[in-house]
Amino acid sequence: MLLTSIETVKQVPRGLYGSGGAQVAERERKLTPPRGGVFVPRGQVLSTEDVHRALTRIAHEIAEQNRGLRDVVLVGLQTGGVPLAYRIASVLEEVEGVAVPVGTLDVAFYRDDIGLRPVLPEAVTDISFDLAGKVVVLVDDVLFSGRTVRAALDALADYGRARAVRLAVMIDRGHRELPIRPDFVGKNLPTRPDEQVDVSLDGVLLGEVVKR
Amino acid sequence: MRAATRHLLSIADLGAAGIEELLRLSDSFVEVSLRAIPKVPALRGKTVATLFAEDSTRTRLSFETAARRLSADVMTFHAASASTRKGESLRDTAETLAAMGVDAFVVRHSCAGVPVQVARWVDACVVNAGDGAHEHPTQALLDCVTLRQVLAERDGRAVEDCGVEAFEGLRVAIVGDVRHSRVARSEVLALSALGAVVTLVAPGSLLPPSLDGWPVEVSHDLDEVLGSTDVCYLLRLQVERGTAARVPTAHEYSTFYGLNARRARSMPEGAVVMHPGPVVRGLEISSEVADMPRALIRRQVSNGVALRMAVLFWLLGPDRIGLEGPDMDRIGAGHPGSTGDALVEVGGA
Repeated sequence: MLLTSIETVKQVPRGLYGSGGAQVAERERKLTPPRGGVFVPRGQVLSTEDVHRALTRIAHEIAEQNRGLRDVVLVGLQTGGVPLAYRIASVLEEVEGVAVPVGTLDVAFYRDDIGLRPVLPEAVTDISFDLAGKVVVLVDDVLFSGRTVRAALDALADYGRARAVRLAVMIDRGHRELPIRPDFVGKNLPTRPDEQVDVSLDGVLLGEVVKR
Repeated sequence: MRAATRHLLSIADLGAAGIEELLRLSDSFVEVSLRAIPKVPALRGKTVATLFAEDSTRTRLSFETAARRLSADVMTFHAASASTRKGESLRDTAETLAAMGVDAFVVRHSCAGVPVQVARWVDACVVNAGDGAHEHPTQALLDCVTLRQVLAERDGRAVEDCGVEAFEGLRVAIVGDVRHSRVARSEVLALSALGAVVTLVAPGSLLPPSLDGWPVEVSHDLDEVLGSTDVCYLLRLQVERGTAARVPTAHEYSTFYGLNARRARSMPEGAVVMHPGPVVRGLEISSEVADMPRALIRRQVSNGVALRMAVLFWLLGPDRIGLEGPDMDRIGAGHPGSTGDALVEVGGA
C-alpha cells in the first residue's frame, strides 16, 4: 500500500491522551521531523495488525522476563512511545491481570543537541509513581542514534534509582551512535540514514523527509 | 549584533502567539519544579548574568534559581558593588560582563528603556526584569501562568489542555498605583492580547497622565467594579517613587481602594485575588484577605521560577531556525505611551 499524504496516517487515537490528543497530534506534526520538511511515506512496513501482534509479543516477553510483573512500570517516551506503552499495558492487564503503571517522559531538557536543532518539549512529563526499586521499561517508537534513550536514562535518574531499566522499541533501524541496545524489539528494519520511519498504532511507514 | 539573538524586552514584542508559546513551555517547567530533584541539564555551559541597578531580592533570586535549575552558571552584579561607585558607566559594566562570556543578561533598572539599550550594546540575549515604570514582562507572564492554572481547574481540565482562549472575556480589575507600576503596563498588554477585559481602578492622581491607546476601561469606584470581576489584581503603593504626595493619607487610600474582607466577599464565586508583591498588609490588602484561599500570591511566586525557566530556555535553548525574535528597529513601537529610545527617569517629573 502506498500512501501519499501524511495527514491520513498520522492520526493519534483519541482517548489515549485524554481530550488533548488532537492537540498533541497537532504539535507533533508541527515538530516532526526535527529539521523541518514534510514526511513523504514510500511504503508500509507493518500493518495495523502487525503492530498489534508485535506489541502483544513484546508484552508477553516483558511478562516472561519479570514473572508476576512485580515492580514493573512502563514509561513511554513523548510522543511516539506513549500510545505504544499504553497498548502494552492493556495487553499485560488482559493476559496477566496486573495493572502496570504507565508514565510518560519528555526528554527535551536532557538532549545533547540543544542549540543544534529546535528542541522544545512536546508534552509534559507525567511520572506519578516512585521509581526507586522498580524495573522500568522504556518504550519508544524508533531506535536510531540512541541519543533519545541516553537522554531518557539521564532524566529517569532524576526521578529515583530504578532497580533496572529495559528498553522496548517498535522499530530498530540501526545507525547507533552510542553503545545502546534494545531488550524488546518489534521489528529490525535496515534503513538508510536519510530515510524516515513513522510509527503509530495504525502501522509503520518508511519514507523520506522532503524539504520545502 | 547577530540577527538571531532573541530578547524579552516587552510583552508587546511577543503577541498572543508568543505568550501562548511561553505558557505552554512553562507547563514542562512547572512539572520539573515539582520533582524531587528539580534540576535539568538543559542550559549546561550557558552563563546568565543578573544586572540589577535597582534593589530587588525577589525577582533576582527567582531568576537565579531558574537559571540554576537549568544548570546554567549565574553571575550576579549589584549596583551597590564597586565598579559603579568608582564611576564606571552602565555600558562599560555590561560590555565588561559580556566580554567574560555571558549568554543572557537579566536587567533591572530604574530608567525605562535600559534593557533595550543593553540589548543594543551586547551580543547576548537580554531579559527585561523591570525598567522604570515601563514594563516587567516576566511578572505579567507568570501571572498568566497562574491564571491559566486556575481557569483549567475551574473547568476541571488538565492545564496542558487549556489554551489561551480561556482568557477570552475574563474580567480583570487592576487596582492601585497604576501610574508608577511597570507591572500594570505589562499586565494590560498581556491580558488584553489574550482577550481579557481590563479595568483600571485608582484615584485620578495614581493613573498615568494619559491613557491614550491603552486597551482598558477606567473606574474610580472599587466597590462597583468588584461585583463583576473575575480577577482583582492589587498593586503596591510605590512610596519610594513619590506616591505619598498623590494620596491624602494611607488610611484614606486603604478605605477607598484597599481590599478588605467585606469587599473580597462581594466578589463573584470563584473570583481570585492577585498581587505582584511585596505585599503591604493593611494598606492595599487586608491581612485576612491575603490569607484567603482565593488569594494566589504564594502560587504566583512559585510559578515565577517555572516561568523564568521557560523564558531562559526559550531564549538560550532551542535553535532559532524559524523562531523569530523581536525586530530591534521596531522594539517599543507597539507599546502604549511608548517613549521610544529616550531614557526617562521614573518619578522625576
